[in-house]
Order: sequence, then C-alpha cells, then structure tokens
Amino acid sequence: MNNRKRKAGGLSKYSQLLVPLIAILVLVIFNLIRDPGFFSVGLTTNNNGDPVLQGNLISILNGASELVILSMGMTLVTAACGGQDISVGALAAIAGSVFVKVLKSGGGSISPLLVLGGFLMCCAVAMVFGAFNGSLVAFFNIQPMIATLILFTCGRSIAYWINGGATPTVSSPIINAVGSFIPGIPIPTPILIVLLMGGLFALLFRFTTLGLYIQAVGINQSAARLNGINAVGIKLLSFVILGVCCAVAGMIGVSRLGLINHETLLINIEMDAILAVAIGGNNLGGGKFKMIGSVLGAYAIQALTITLYAMKVPSTDVKAYKAVVIVLLVVMGSPVVKEAADRFTKRIRAARRSDTGKEAA
Amino acid sequence: MEEKGKLRREPITDTQLLMTITVCIFVGMYILAILIWGGGFKKPQMLFDMLNDNAYLIIISCGLTIVMITGSIDISVGGVTALVAMVGVMILNGNLTLFNGLIAALGLGEGARIAFALLMSLLIGLAFGLVQGYLIAHLEIQPFIITLAGMFFARGMITIISVDPQKGPQDLMDILQKRIEMAWLGSPNKKGVMIPARMEIGVVIALVIVVLVYLLLRRTKLGRSFYAVGGNRQSALMLGVNVRQSRFMAHLLCGLLSGIAGFVFMMHTGAGNATNATAAEMNAIASSIIGGTLLTGGVGNVIGTFFGVLTLSTIKSIVTTSGLRDPWWQSITTGAMLCFFILLQSVVLMRKNKRKK
Repeated sequence: MNNRKRKAGGLSKYSQLLVPLIAILVLVIFNLIRDPGFFSVGLTTNNNGDPVLQGNLISILNGASELVILSMGMTLVTAACGGQDISVGALAAIAGSVFVKVLKSGGGSISPLLVLGGFLMCCAVAMVFGAFNGSLVAFFNIQPMIATLILFTCGRSIAYWINGGATPTVSSPIINAVGSFIPGIPIPTPILIVLLMGGLFALLFRFTTLGLYIQAVGINQSAARLNGINAVGIKLLSFVILGVCCAVAGMIGVSRLGLINHETLLINIEMDAILAVAIGGNNLGGGKFKMIGSVLGAYAIQALTITLYAMKVPSTDVKAYKAVVIVLLVVMGSPVVKEAADRFTKRIRAARRSDTGKEAA
Repeated sequence: MEEKGKLRREPITDTQLLMTITVCIFVGMYILAILIWGGGFKKPQMLFDMLNDNAYLIIISCGLTIVMITGSIDISVGGVTALVAMVGVMILNGNLTLFNGLIAALGLGEGARIAFALLMSLLIGLAFGLVQGYLIAHLEIQPFIITLAGMFFARGMITIISVDPQKGPQDLMDILQKRIEMAWLGSPNKKGVMIPARMEIGVVIALVIVVLVYLLLRRTKLGRSFYAVGGNRQSALMLGVNVRQSRFMAHLLCGLLSGIAGFVFMMHTGAGNATNATAAEMNAIASSIIGGTLLTGGVGNVIGTFFGVLTLSTIKSIVTTSGLRDPWWQSITTGAMLCFFILLQSVVLMRKNKRKK
C-alpha cells in the first residue's frame, strides 16, 4: 500500500498540509521580525536543581501536548464517522477525576504502582465512556455531535460527582515527573508523552490496516461493509481510541497542576481539537485523513496563542484575535479560493508559454 | 444511505412524527410533575416563569432550527447573544461614548437609548449573519469552523469592550422589564393574596417569532427551499433551487434572530457580563433535537423546537423541586433525558423506515 501511495502521489499528496505549514511559517516569521530572540531556547535549573529547557518554543511544544493528543484521536473519529466528538474535554475531566480518586485511595503515600493503577483505571473508565459514545453512533446511527452532546452536557458534573463535590489536590514527585520534568531529562515530560503517542499511532498504521479501514468506512460505509469490513466495529474502535487519548490528556492536565478542577480542566479544548483537525486539511465530513496535518494544526493553534500572550494581549481577549486568524486561514484553504488560485496560476503559465512560444518562433 | 432516501421522500411526515412525540412527552411530563410534586407546577406562573427565563433561548433555537434544516450548523449564537446584551446595556447606561455623543448631537431624550440599543442589536446580529453566511454559502467553508470562529470573536469582543460586568440604569430597565399581568391566570400566594400571572414582553416577541418562522418555513418559497437544500443539495440544485442563496439566507436569518435574542436577554437580565448565555448554543441545539430537528438536514419543525425548549426547562425545574440539590444532578439528569430522547428518535425512525421496506 505504501509503495502504491508513493507512486501515485507527487507533491499534490501533501497539499493539504499546506495550510497548517503556512500558518506556522507565518507565525514564525512574524515572531522573528517582532523579536529575533523569540525562539531562543535556554538551559536553566529548576527548584530541584535539575537542568531544564526553557523558552517560548518549549512552552509552545509543551502547552500543546494535550491538544495534540486529543486531535490525534479526533482525526480518527472524524474520518470514520464523518462527525466530531464534542465531549473530549468533559471526558478528560472524568478521566482526571478517576485518576485523582485512585491516587487518593492510597491514603497519602503515592507509590509508582498506584500511579500506574490510576492511569490504567482512568484509561478503562474513559474507554467505557468512549464506547458509550461510539455505540450511540455505530449502532443507533446518531450523528456524532448529537450523541456526544449528552456527555458534553453532563460529563463535567459526573467528574464533580466522582470526587464528591471537592477539588482534591495530589502532590508527589511522580506526579511532578509526569506533569513537568523527569529529574535528569531537560525536556518536559508531556512532550515525551506526545512523542510516545505519535510513535504508537505510527506503528498502528504501519503494521495494521486500521488506517485504510477507517478511511474506507468514512468514504462509503455500505461499500466498506460489502467489502467485508466491520463498519460498526471500526466506528466503535475509533471512539474507544479517542477515549484513551482523553485519558492520557486528562492525566497530563491533572499532573501539571497537581489538582483536579472539573470546571476548568481542559475547558473548551473540544473546539480547539476540532479546529486542529480542520486546519490540518482533513475533511470534517469523514473519509481520507492525515494525522500529521491535525498535529501541525494543533501546534499552529498553540503557537498563535503563545504569540498573542507574548504580545501582551489579555487572556480573555485572545479569542477574538484567534477568530480573525482562523477565518483568514480557512478562507485561504477554501475550495473556491483554491480553484480561483489554480485558474490564476494556469493563466499565468499559459501566458508565459505563449510568450516563450513567440520568442521561439 | 437508504434511510436518507426514505427521509427525503417524505420529509414532512417524519417532521410531524418527531414533533408529536416531543409534544406528547412534554405534556405527559408536565402532568406527571403536577401529580407528583403538585404545588408549584399547578400554578400557571410556573409555566410563565419558564417562558420568561427562556424567551431568548426560544428565539435562538428558532434560528438554529432554520440553519439545521438546511443541513448546516451555527454555534456562534450564544456568543452573539451575549455580545448584543453587553453592547445594549452599555448603550443604555451611557458607557459607550460614541452613542452618548450621537444622542446629544441629535438632541434626543434618554428614551432614544432604547431605540439605539435595539438598532445595534439588529445590526450586530445581521453583521454576524452576513459574514458567516457569505463565508459558508459562497466560499463553501465548513460551517462548524466559521461559526466556531464567530463564537470566539463574539466572546472575545465582549471582554475587549468591557472586562467588568455592566448594569442597565434602573429607569430605562423599568420600561423594558414591564410585565403583562394576567389576573385571570393568577394564583394565591402563601398569605392567600391573589398574585396575577406575569409575563415579560420578551415572551411575546419570542412567540411572534415562532409563528413567523413557522409561516416562513411552511408557506414561503424560501422556507421550502431550506428543506430542499437540507434534504439533498444535489437534487435541489437540479430542481433549480438557488442553493447558495438559500444557505446564505438561513445563516443571515439565524444571525438576525440571535441579535433579537440578545436584546430579549438584555430585557430579561438587565446586565451585560462576559459569562452571559454560556452554553446557550448547546442548549439551543439540544432543544432543536428534542423538538425533532435532525442535524443532517431536511427534517425539522419550529413548533417542535418551541416544545423542546419547554421540555428542557421542565426537566431542570423537576430536578430542583424533587430535592436533588447537589449541584451535579441538574446536568446529569439533563444528559440522561437527552440520551433518552435521542435514542427514542433514532429507534422510532429506524423502525418506521424498516417497516416501509
């Protein structure tokens, strides 16, 4: 499959990555003009005396971690079901609550085993909720946005309920290591987790046919079923995978702050995740997808946010500026504008050809 | 795919079926609430309170129903409502210097502020509708992204205009918050004094809009073209429906209605705040779905949407009266009810389509 792809696609195969790449490039150039030292990375020591990397570049990569992980899962759901999951933030809050609940059950002392148990537990819970969303979509043919509206409405309340109406804090060197730095390694741990997740997905697509099946189901469900693909199962699986992504994101979010706040943990991240998928050039109506596009889209969003913060825009106003940039981006990538640009370049090429033709004559 | 084919052939029947279910469930739920909890639910004022609190949501949901019928979505409505409410309150209390100067220059009285607030509401709503409609219909960009950007923009603009919450001046708010009193629907209070039922002007506006949108969808060419475009864009195009214009008009109307909703919201609360109308877009989508509108387009009814809003608020008041006072119960039960409705609709539609085969 890989070979055929390589033969069939030239540069046009990557054209959908153009928008996120241009976005990132524009942001980089803009920042370099504004402040040449914007992307400089320094090595300092933190409170524990360990060497850590610091700088805007690191804070972009680090801050986008949860968003990147969620947008990876969102890409799969979008591709398979032709719709989006708007409950990812709520589900991450539930997973985070479960994680803290398990850690608290240890009675003060937090051992590595307990952290592992907590992670597995929150993964399991998130997978169950993901399967709930998925079964509504797969078995009952409900549009994903509607099906996940249920969990969107009540998810954060369930997270609140799990911890009995409190916002408990956890502090331990292990949690610290997950949320910020592992002693001795200067790279923030969330970045490493993103790399790990990305690697896992890459292996999954390299050694299984999952990616192909998801695309087949997304393009035409009936045709996929007639070809022997279990369409219902694939849809369900995509939601379960997204559940795992939510659990990982929730765990990172909790570990960063050392507390679970059901109201503010990864708030509004579902919108950003969907945006990342769209900026990455993936069709929100399902079908073909490129996960790397979504990842680039997520980093572009975070880079934009950090740039705005660096320009001293108040955090409440950031949304308005973000909206303007988003509209500019999608207008640039819209089919009508693309067609017009194509026509324009063709005309120029034709004109040039006729010019050279005249000269030759 | 086959299911969609069936829906297309008889969109009206499906619409009516889903709407009837909703109305039946709402009436059944309300009667059940009267039987079990009696007291508050017996008073007509309970119903009017629901209407008073949700007048703005009814208007938003009407707009959203139109957009959803054309197979599109608009999630900027809550943000636009909050932005309009903020601008309106600031015109009323004179914190927007531009309008102070304008009113002084024209030599108008304080009452003119209300007119300006209304005008600005309509203009802001129209502006959002125009831009979003153009980008979605003519540049063919995914509606979710554009209206998400619209929501971000509106919410961001609120804090750019004013970080602090604003309050409308008492004398002007008294005019706006005048209530229609209906003595014949009154009920005795604890001391046995008859209190007339009160209804806000916003409710009248909302009801008029429901009727107007109903007529638009049912009786006009434009309304029918919304269904056609939502049912199947390709066939609509082949039948000579101006698809672009229909989608554009749907978004324009939705924007205008969210502008009006913002004014009604301001009339009800008299306050401008960054957190106004939070999650209104999701409540409106939920109401439309409960009312029998399908997000895939082509199926929907604004009367159903009206009952959808009432059903949602009835669920909320049942939860609060039934003694589940922990803060999480309200949204958990709302979620459960939503789940019930969504499953019910899906099963009903599936069975119906199977029988036809």
